[in-house]
This record gives sequence, structure tokens and C-alpha cells, in this order.
Amino acid sequence: MGVVNLTIDDLEVKAEEGMTVLEAAQSVGIDIPTLCHHDKLQTYTACRICMVEVEARGRIKLDTACSSPVRENMVVKTRTERIMRIRKTLLELMLAHAPDSRDLQDYANEYGADRKRFEKMSSFCIHCGLCVRYCAEVKKKSAVVFVGSGVSREISFVPEVASKECWNCKECFELCPTEALQAAYVLSGALITSLPTLAEV
Amino acid sequence: MDEAKIDQVIDKHHSKAGSLIQLLLDIQEESGWLSKEILERVSEKLQVPLGLVQQTATFYKAFRVVPKGQHVINVCNGTACHSRGAQHVLDKIGDLIGIKPGETNVNHSFSLESRNCLGHCALGPVVEIDGKAHSIITLDEVNDVIKKYE
Repeated sequence: MGVVNLTIDDLEVKAEEGMTVLEAAQSVGIDIPTLCHHDKLQTYTACRICMVEVEARGRIKLDTACSSPVRENMVVKTRTERIMRIRKTLLELMLAHAPDSRDLQDYANEYGADRKRFEKMSSFCIHCGLCVRYCAEVKKKSAVVFVGSGVSREISFVPEVASKECWNCKECFELCPTEALQAAYVLSGALITSLPTLAEV
Repeated sequence: MDEAKIDQVIDKHHSKAGSLIQLLLDIQEESGWLSKEILERVSEKLQVPLGLVQQTATFYKAFRVVPKGQHVINVCNGTACHSRGAQHVLDKIGDLIGIKPGETNVNHSFSLESRNCLGHCALGPVVEIDGKAHSIITLDEVNDVIKKYE
């Protein structure tokens, strides 16, 4: 494994080849916020909150830290005015969906995001896909999936699978950045409809 | 659609998980829509989790997981019809049946779709029900036309 030299926030960093900017930053204690990132899961780049500025060929370009691999002589900035503004707006948009999320509120305080900026559309879900991907990639069950597309996309438990697998697992609940509320709610709904006695009454 | 026929289509695609979308399209061609039984059978034969099959079937607009209604209402929203107030006609029909475009009502009597140009621009706004084109000049006519099919 070769060593790659790069600069993150004016700090010289030695990273291993194949690492992402996020991993390199974490290795020297630079904090980059993440919501949809999980070490056990493949990169997803859904939340965009880990956005950083990368200088390449004299131009400054925006990229998600969790997906961009480290390159020799790369110059990364994680806390410029532009980045802070982007993160603030992203948080405000997500807070419109999950205004009571603890994780989002902590970040909101840090970045000065106003949770009342956008009209509330409380779906509790910010489509980070953690539960869906964890179930598919780690548990290989796909008991919770996304259904629909575009603005109507939402998470849903598959009753047939959920009634067998979920009760003893529930590992996805703690992954949810907007608290397990939604997951628990949808799960119980799915379990009830899968009970034939209740459905037939 | 019986199981043997579903299996026949699946076998044609050599039960490959990578053929999921093409396979579902082929089955829908035969059966008109994708019932839960079909999705379960496909999941079982392809060794793809049922959730992923459902995710795929609900993601693409080409797939129908609810059968079409007895009468299919296509409201033209092409440029000509739109500028003559097709959106109001669409809203009125939606209110009348109680569904939004792309949906089917509970007793499966009507499906409502918003279409782009149907090719009868001179008649616009045009509402096509079961292939027959109706020219809607005033909103009051909507009631009369829909009533004929109820």
C-alpha cells in the first residue's frame, strides 16, 4: 500500500492509498459531519452533509468526502464559508422532514440551521437509506426497503419477511438518525397487517 | 396468471437475478399487472429477496402493482389541451372519482392518467375513456361524461 500525501485544512496528512477523504480526515482527528455513512456499508452519498472543497487543477470543486478517494498533493478544505452555508441549508431541508431528530438538532446548533426555515413535511425520514442498506448488505434479508420513487419514496417493511425476521433483530432502529420512531411505527403496522386473523376481520 | 406461465417466462430468462426488470416487464405484458403472488414467485425463483423485488416493482413507473380499473380515463395534458384548461378538467375528474392521476379507485372501476398529446388537438381539452375521445368544452360536461361509465 502506497502512502498518499495530502493537505486537509492546512494540515499535512499521510494517508494510505485507497482511503477516502473522510477516512483520512478522521485518522488525524478532523471532524467531518456524516449522516448516511456507515463503516460496514457501501458508500451511498445520499445526505451530502460531508461535502468538502477539493482543489484540483487550480479549480475548487465540491465533493462528498465519504466517496472521494485521496490523491497525491490533494488540497481539501472542510470548513470554508461556502461549505458551512451548504451544510446549513441541507440541515434545514432535512429538518423540514424530521424536526425532532436529535442528530439533526445537534448539527443544526453547530451550523446555525433554522429548523423553521422550510415548511414542515413530517415524514420522519431523510432517506439516508441506513436501515434499507443495513438490512440488504449486512443482514441480507431486505425486510425493510424503499417503495415508490421521487417525492413519494418512503421506507416500508415487507410484512412477510418482517414478521419472521424483525422482531428478534431490530438492529436498524439504532442506525436511524431521526430516531427509531418511524421504523417502529412502520414495523408494527406491517406486523399487524400480516396477521391473517386481524386482516380478515 | 398461473404459476406455470410465470415459470415459463422466468425460465426464458434463465432465472438470472440480473434479468429482473426485463422479466417483470415480460410477465406484466401477459398478466396486465404484477400481483403479490407474481412478485413472490419471482423472488423465490430468482433467489432475490422479496423486498428488493417490491422495491424494483414500485420504483419504475412502467410497472403496475395495482390492476387497472375497469375504465381507463386518459386526460390529455399536451400543450394544446393544457392551454385550453385541461388541468381543471383533470382536477375535476380526480375530485369526482376521488383519486389522483396514476391511481385506481378502491372498487377498481376507474383508473386516471394524465397523458401528453393524444393527437386530437382541435377537440381539446380531450378526455379519452376506454379509447373513445370526448371533447370537454365546459367543466359541467365532466359530470355527464363520467356518469355514462359509472
